[in-house]
Amino acid sequence: MKLKKILMTGSFLVAASASTAFAADCSIESGRLSIVGNEFPAIQTVARNAQECEGLTEAKANLTADHQKINLAGMQGNPAEYTTAIVANSSIVALINEDVIRPLDDLVAAYGQDIPRNQLITINGEIMAVAFMANAQHLVYRKDILEQIGVEPPKTYEEMLAAAEKIRAEGILEHPLGGPYMAGWNLAQEFINMYIGHGGEFYEPGTATVSINNEAGVATLEMLKALSEYMNPDFLTHDSNGTSAEWEAGNVALMNMWGSRTGVLMDAEGSTPEVYENTMVGAPMTVGGNDTPASTLWWDGWTVAKNISDEDAEATFKAMKHGISPAILNDETMGQAVWMIEGYQPAAVNEGVFSAISMQTTPYPMLPHHGLLHTALGDNIADFLQGKESAEQTLSDIEAAYTTAAREKGFIN
Amino acid sequence: MKHSAFFWFTLPSAIAMLLFIFFPIVSVVVQSLYVAHEQVIVEVENCGPFGCTTATAIDQEATAALREEQPLGRFAGLEIYTDRNHLAVDEFGQLWAQSTGVGDFIGRLMNLPFYKAIGFTLTYTFIVTPLTIILGFIIAVAVNSAARALRGPMIFFSLLPMIVTPLVGSLILFWMVDARGILGTALRALADDPSLSVKADTGLMWIMLMVYGVWHSAPFAFIVYYAGLQTVNTDTLEAARIDGASRWQQIRHVVIPHLLPLTTFIALIQLMDNFRVFEPIVSFNASAHATSLSWAIYNDLGGETQQLSSAAATSVLTILGVAILLSPVLIRTWRDYGKTA
Amino acid sequence: MASQAQKRPVLLQALMIAVLVIWMIAAAFPFLWTLWGSFKVEGDFFSLADWTNVLTGDMTTRETGDAFTTQGYAGAWIQEEFWRAAWNSTLVCLFVVTISLTLGTLGGYALARSTYRYAFWFLLVALIFRAMPPITLVSGYLPVFFEWNVWGYLPTAIIVLVAINQPFTLWMLHSFFKNIPQDLDESAMVDGCTRFQAFRHVIIPVMWPGVITTGLFSFLLAYNDFAVTAMILDKENQTMIPKIASFLGTTQTKGNVMFAVAAVVSTTAPLFLLIMFFQRQIVSGLTAGAVKG
Repeated sequence: MKLKKILMTGSFLVAASASTAFAADCSIESGRLSIVGNEFPAIQTVARNAQECEGLTEAKANLTADHQKINLAGMQGNPAEYTTAIVANSSIVALINEDVIRPLDDLVAAYGQDIPRNQLITINGEIMAVAFMANAQHLVYRKDILEQIGVEPPKTYEEMLAAAEKIRAEGILEHPLGGPYMAGWNLAQEFINMYIGHGGEFYEPGTATVSINNEAGVATLEMLKALSEYMNPDFLTHDSNGTSAEWEAGNVALMNMWGSRTGVLMDAEGSTPEVYENTMVGAPMTVGGNDTPASTLWWDGWTVAKNISDEDAEATFKAMKHGISPAILNDETMGQAVWMIEGYQPAAVNEGVFSAISMQTTPYPMLPHHGLLHTALGDNIADFLQGKESAEQTLSDIEAAYTTAAREKGFIN
Repeated sequence: MKHSAFFWFTLPSAIAMLLFIFFPIVSVVVQSLYVAHEQVIVEVENCGPFGCTTATAIDQEATAALREEQPLGRFAGLEIYTDRNHLAVDEFGQLWAQSTGVGDFIGRLMNLPFYKAIGFTLTYTFIVTPLTIILGFIIAVAVNSAARALRGPMIFFSLLPMIVTPLVGSLILFWMVDARGILGTALRALADDPSLSVKADTGLMWIMLMVYGVWHSAPFAFIVYYAGLQTVNTDTLEAARIDGASRWQQIRHVVIPHLLPLTTFIALIQLMDNFRVFEPIVSFNASAHATSLSWAIYNDLGGETQQLSSAAATSVLTILGVAILLSPVLIRTWRDYGKTA
Repeated sequence: MASQAQKRPVLLQALMIAVLVIWMIAAAFPFLWTLWGSFKVEGDFFSLADWTNVLTGDMTTRETGDAFTTQGYAGAWIQEEFWRAAWNSTLVCLFVVTISLTLGTLGGYALARSTYRYAFWFLLVALIFRAMPPITLVSGYLPVFFEWNVWGYLPTAIIVLVAINQPFTLWMLHSFFKNIPQDLDESAMVDGCTRFQAFRHVIIPVMWPGVITTGLFSFLLAYNDFAVTAMILDKENQTMIPKIASFLGTTQTKGNVMFAVAAVVSTTAPLFLLIMFFQRQIVSGLTAGAVKG
C-alpha cells in the first residue's frame, strides 16, 4: 500500500481551489503552450488549468480522441506545433521512437523539485514524462447475485468461471460474465492481461523477436474462450460502451472492467437501483495459480516536445506542472480520475485501481515495438474465439503478422 | 475547343487535384517502396509510478545516424507488397501446394489478412452495387407515379439514409439490431429462433453490412434515376403504346435505354465506393467477421504504432483494384466518347 | 411520364404503393425512432434490458420526473456549445460548395466541349484519383500541413474537401454540359465572343439546374465529412461531425451519447427545409443534365 500512502499524503493539505477561472501565477515570463491529448474530463481539467498560467504568450489545447493520429505529425515539425503531448504508457513509445520528445531532467532539476519522484517516468535513466493519473482493469461484481449463490467475490479467473457456472445453473442469468472483448484493440488488451497473468513473456529477452506461441499463450487463449462461453454471444462486438450497457441493463454479474468506467456504473443514471446499488469493485484477478494479477497498470502523463525553443519548453513545463498541482483538485475534479496528485482523496469506486497498484500489477509494456504486437493480436484472436482454428494456429498467425509488421518498421531484419 | 482555352478552363481544377491528390499519391507510392531503417535496440531500465522494469528501447543516437543517412528508410522495392500482410506471395504458393482441393485452398487463403479483406470487399461490391441500382430504380419509378404533392416530402425521406451521418445513424442501427433491440427482437420472432443474434454470426453479419450498404446508397441511385425519368420522351412512349406495346415492353424498350447512360454513371461511382467499404465495418464493430481493404488501411494507421508503409502499399493496391474493377465500364465509355465527341 | 395518360392495372398500382410504403418505412423509421428517442435519457434509448423502455420512458421518468426530456439538446447546444461547430460547418459547407462549383463548372464545361482525346484522359485520371482512400490522403497531408503551419484552420479543410471532391464534381458537371446544345455557345462565338464570353453570357444563364444538383452532392459531402475534418481541424475550428464523434466517448471513458443523438436530430431539420426548397431545381437539374457515363 506504499503508493496509496504516497498518493494520499497531503490529503490534509488540500488547498482551497482558487484555480478555476482565475489567472494563476506559474512564474512564467514568456513562452508558448500548445497541448495535444485525449479529451476525457480529467485531461480537460489539466489542460484548462495549465492554460490559466499568466505570462504565456500563447496558450491553447487541442484535445481529441484522434490525438494519437496527429500528435506525432504535430511534433515532428520544427518548431513543433505542439509543445506538449498528453500520453499514456502505450502511446508514449510512438513519440520516443521518433525522437520528438525531450528528456526532462534539466527542467525537473531547475523547476520541478517538488514533483513527487513516483510521478516521474524514466526511460533508460532519463525522465521522459510526468504522470498524473492511474488506471487499471479489475473485477466488478454484483453483490446481491454473489450473495444469492453464496459465493465470495472471485480472486482468480478460475473462481470467476465457477461462480459463472453456478449463476447460470441456478437460472439467475444466462450470460453472467462480461468484458470489453470487441475484436481489435480491446480484445488484444484482454489477451495481454491474461498472458501476463499466466507469467508469459512476449519477446525473447532483449530483442524484438516475438515468442507467444507457447504454453502460456495457449492457456491464455483457452481461458479467454472459457470466459467467453459465459458471455453474451455478441461479445466480439462489445467494447467498453457495449459492456457497460449490458451491465446497467442487469444482464451481467461479473466482469473485468476499466477503473475509469466504474464510476458511471455506480451512479443512479441509466440503471435500476437493484443494479447500481449492488455494483461493487474488487481487486484484479489472478489466473493459473500465479501471483501476478492478470491485468495491466496504466498512467496518463505529459511530455515536452523536442523541436521547440528552450524558452517554450520551460514555459510549457511550468504550465503543465501547474496543471497537475494539488490546487486543481476540488469537488468537481476529485472524482474525474485516480489522480496521483497530492491531496487526492479516493472514493470507494477507486478501490479496484488501488488494489491493482498494491498487488504490484505489471504496467502495460512500454516497448518500442509493442504497439505492432497489440495490433496483430487484435486482428487474429477472434478467429480462435469463434472456433475457426486451433490455438496454435492463431498464435502462429499472430507471430507471423507481427514479424512482418516489425520487419516493415525496421525492428527485425 | 482550342487547346489554350481548354487549358485555362481546366487549370484551377487541375491544380487542386494535382496538389491535393496527385502529389499525395506519388508520395504514397514512394512510401510503399521503402521500409523503416533498422532500429537499433538496447536494453534499458524504465521507472514509473509502479516501479522499475527492464525493457528495450530504441538507441536514439545510433538510429539518428541511420535516419540522417536514409530519411525515407531502406529501399525495399516490392517487398512490402509481397509480404505476408499484403499479397503474401510465398504463403500463397505454400498453401497451394499443401491444399487438398480448391475449397480447402480458399478456406486457408482466408486466413491471410489481405485475402480475407479482399474476399469480403469483392462480395460486398458485387452484391451491393446491383441491388442498389435495382432498388434505386424501383423507388424512382414508384415515387414518380405518386401524387405530385407527396413527391417533395417523399424525396426528403428517401434521402434520409444518405443525410444522417453514418457515425450516429449506424450507431443507432447497431443498437436496434442487437438481440434485445427492436429489430433484433423482431428478427427473432420472425425466424422463430430465440437464440438468433445477428452480431454473433459471420454470415448474418455479412448480410447486415450489405443490407446497410444498400439502404445507405440507394438514395443516390434513386435521385439520379428519378431525375432521368422526368426526361423520358413522352412522344416515344405514346407511339409505342399506339403500336400496342405492353407496359413491360414500354419500360424495356423505351425507359431502360433512356436511363442506360445514368446507369453507367451510377455503376461507376457505386463500384468505386463499395470497393472502398469502410464505415459500416467500424460502426457495427464487425471486424471480427468482416474486413475490407480500407479497413486494413485504417487499422494500420490507427494502431498504437502507425504503419505508414504498410498502409501505403494497401492504398496502392486499392487504387489498382478500382482501376481493374472499372476497366470494363471505362472501355465502354472510351468507345462512346469517340462517337459523341 | 405516362402516369396520367394511362390508367394502371389495380394490381400494379397496389404493388407501387406497397413498394413506396415499405421503402418510406425503411428510410424514415430509423430517423423517426431517433427523433423520438432524442427526448429520452440514454438508459431508455439504448436499453439492453428491454427495448420497449424507449416507448414507455421508464428511466426518463425516474431520472427527470417526466416521460420526455430535453436534456440531450440542452447538453449539446448549451453546455457543449454545439452552435460553434454548427457555425463552422455552415462556413465549410458554404465555401466548399461555392468553390467546388466554380472550379467544376469551368472544368466541366471545357471537358464537355473539347473534341480531343486528352479530355477523356483527363476525366479518366480524375476518376482514378477518386479511388484513393481519403484516410491515406489525409495522413499524407499531416506532416506537410504542420510544416507549413496551415494545419487546423478552416480554409485548409475547405481546400482539401474541394480538391477531394473535384473528380466527382467534374464528372457530373461534364455530363450536364454535354446536354446543353453546342449551337448555343458556338453561335455566340461566331458572333465574335471569345470562349469565356460565350461561357459567361450564354452558358451561365442556362446551367443553374445542373449546378444546383451537383451542389447538393458537394454540400452533403462537406456536411457529412469525418475523415478529413476530424484530422485536420483544430478543436476550436471543429465542424459538426467530429464534434458529434467527441460526444461518443473512448475506450476508457464514457461519453454522452444522448448529446450526439440530439445534435444529429437538430441538424437534420435545416436540411429538410433546404431540400424542400431546392427539390424542384434538383429534379429539373438532373433532368437537363441527364448524366451520361
